[in-house]
Amino acid sequence: MTAKKGSKKGHINYGKWAYIFLIPFTAAFLIFQLIPLFQTFHFSWYEYYEDMLSTVGPTWSGIANYRYLFSQTATRSFYFFGAKLGTADINDLLYYTINTLVIWIEGFIPQIIVSLLLAIWFTDLRLNLKLQGFWKTVIYMPNLIMAAAFGMLFQMIFARDGPVIATLINLGWIGGPYDVSTSTSWTHVIIAFLNFLMWFGNTTLLLMAGVMGIDTSVYESAMLDGANSHTVFWKITMPLLRPIFIYVLITSMIGGIQLFDVAQIFTQTSGGPQESSETLMMYLYSLISLKQNYGQAGALSVLIFLVTAALSMTVYEITNPKINEGKEQKKAFEKRMREYADCPATMAEFSRNHALSQGGAK
Amino acid sequence: MATFALPQKITKSYRVQLILKRILAYTILTLLAFLCIFPLWTLLVNMTRSHSSISGSGFSWWFGDFLPQNWKLAFNDNHLPLASALRNSFIVSSSVTIITCYFSCMTAYCFNVYSFKGKEVIFTFIMLIMMIPTQVSAMGFVDMMRSWKLLDSLWPLILPSICSPIVFFYMNQYMHSILPFELVEAARVDGSSEIGIFHKIVLPIMKPAIAVQAIFAFVGSWNNYFIPALLISKDDAKTLPLIIAAVKASDPASFNLGKVYCLVGISIIPLVLVYLALSRFIIKGVTAGAVKG
Repeated sequence: MTAKKGSKKGHINYGKWAYIFLIPFTAAFLIFQLIPLFQTFHFSWYEYYEDMLSTVGPTWSGIANYRYLFSQTATRSFYFFGAKLGTADINDLLYYTINTLVIWIEGFIPQIIVSLLLAIWFTDLRLNLKLQGFWKTVIYMPNLIMAAAFGMLFQMIFARDGPVIATLINLGWIGGPYDVSTSTSWTHVIIAFLNFLMWFGNTTLLLMAGVMGIDTSVYESAMLDGANSHTVFWKITMPLLRPIFIYVLITSMIGGIQLFDVAQIFTQTSGGPQESSETLMMYLYSLISLKQNYGQAGALSVLIFLVTAALSMTVYEITNPKINEGKEQKKAFEKRMREYADCPATMAEFSRNHALSQGGAK
Repeated sequence: MATFALPQKITKSYRVQLILKRILAYTILTLLAFLCIFPLWTLLVNMTRSHSSISGSGFSWWFGDFLPQNWKLAFNDNHLPLASALRNSFIVSSSVTIITCYFSCMTAYCFNVYSFKGKEVIFTFIMLIMMIPTQVSAMGFVDMMRSWKLLDSLWPLILPSICSPIVFFYMNQYMHSILPFELVEAARVDGSSEIGIFHKIVLPIMKPAIAVQAIFAFVGSWNNYFIPALLISKDDAKTLPLIIAAVKASDPASFNLGKVYCLVGISIIPLVLVYLALSRFIIKGVTAGAVKG
């Protein structure tokens, strides 16, 4: 807007420079993202694969690739947090989707609980935790570690003759050597745990920023109101934190759909026993790299794209208006406080409520 | 009266509550810190132990004296070319860092200083593509690189980073809050060219933001596994994650746990050290870009 003013004054068209400076970004986007994206979508309608050193296709095949993805079925077992839920005949694609989601949920539930707790504690001035820099440094560290190396490291730590099993045997908790990588339920849980370990620090920092963004006067008003920490948490922190909470939820879900590195290395590319930890991205990888069926890989990409696009749109829609909603709530709060302060009668009621709620809290 | 008597009673029970809460908080924090440190400690310890000691006696809290041997084994395995992988990873990561930061700044400069047709549309578009994972277009990308004969080359890992919407978004926010337009105008009056303004005024002002994003760009590229795994199959073009992925597939006769721990350690530890040195800075950067509200 200010640039317009400049161009009028100087009688030079600076606008053309904008387009020149935009060239690298746009060109890279077109060449390395948009065209490949269209190619991927395009080939999803074609029969196109490598067969013994020769390339078959691309020849038009309509929805054959999509039909293929939905036609492969097998008998599979379902697990949640290590417990077996049951067995059923299920479509491969659906099974991998469920795997991906279940691993994500198994990691996300502890992650959001722990992160929320830590975020509240770190920002609690009365609690006044010491060594905050140290704690934050340590809990964020796993996020920067190469996921592939992390998977490899845990693969060795949880190996048959690795330190965890050895410790458990020493403690007498298990009878003898145990191979975690053959256990359908444990592979799941460990991958989810690794995900948790890598991301809870990041989520904590995000939520902390969210909590610190809440105006302290809101908390002070609540204290005056006689709210205990339980009430403050559920009635103030959570509602005001909702936008960032949803942001964390959806970005984590998008990240969860992309789960690849840890699972791939931890299961040694096998997808775990009976493919119980095969994720969508591992399936995509195997279609492109091992099976070299580009048509089917394209079809799978389209499906993944649709899901992520829907989630991205949701995050875009939700975060923006909800931030304003949070502000409105805060305004309403402040208005109420002012009303209270103006009226002596309410002020008396106020202190009575204060006494009552404190009595009730004990 | 009652309102005066009450606070003391409250503070007493409140204090007990507070102390209990503190104990709980420190316990949980210690536990979580242990979970984060333990794997790295095991890694460090096992880097210094021999294969037989690791697989025989399992776990040890303290170092052995096998580090030089493991180190030598790790660097001398012909199937897992660690030296060239380190070099490749370093080349790719540093190029990506420079390119990402430079071009994201340039694009942000464009959105902050000029007004041009389609500005809003392009910006919204960038926001929309920000969250689409690169994996989705991977198939087309691999196909294109194959037809360009760029498989087993490092270029396809470097050049796409010219367009990194997330870094752009961060740079854009930062520039918006920090760059006074008068400065650009003054430079124009002084006869500086547009590209000169960008290089001599805007880039120096953007240094703090560049530093933060440089770290994240470097780490992201250093750890990148999916795309390189699809593109690179030749040994001498492999990056570190590919070497780690190839460990179990390699010759079982030469399989040595000490060596593998060393391999993993060499790919993790440089970044951990950099992180520990700059952690304050990095932790500030995590939230600065991500929280839009």
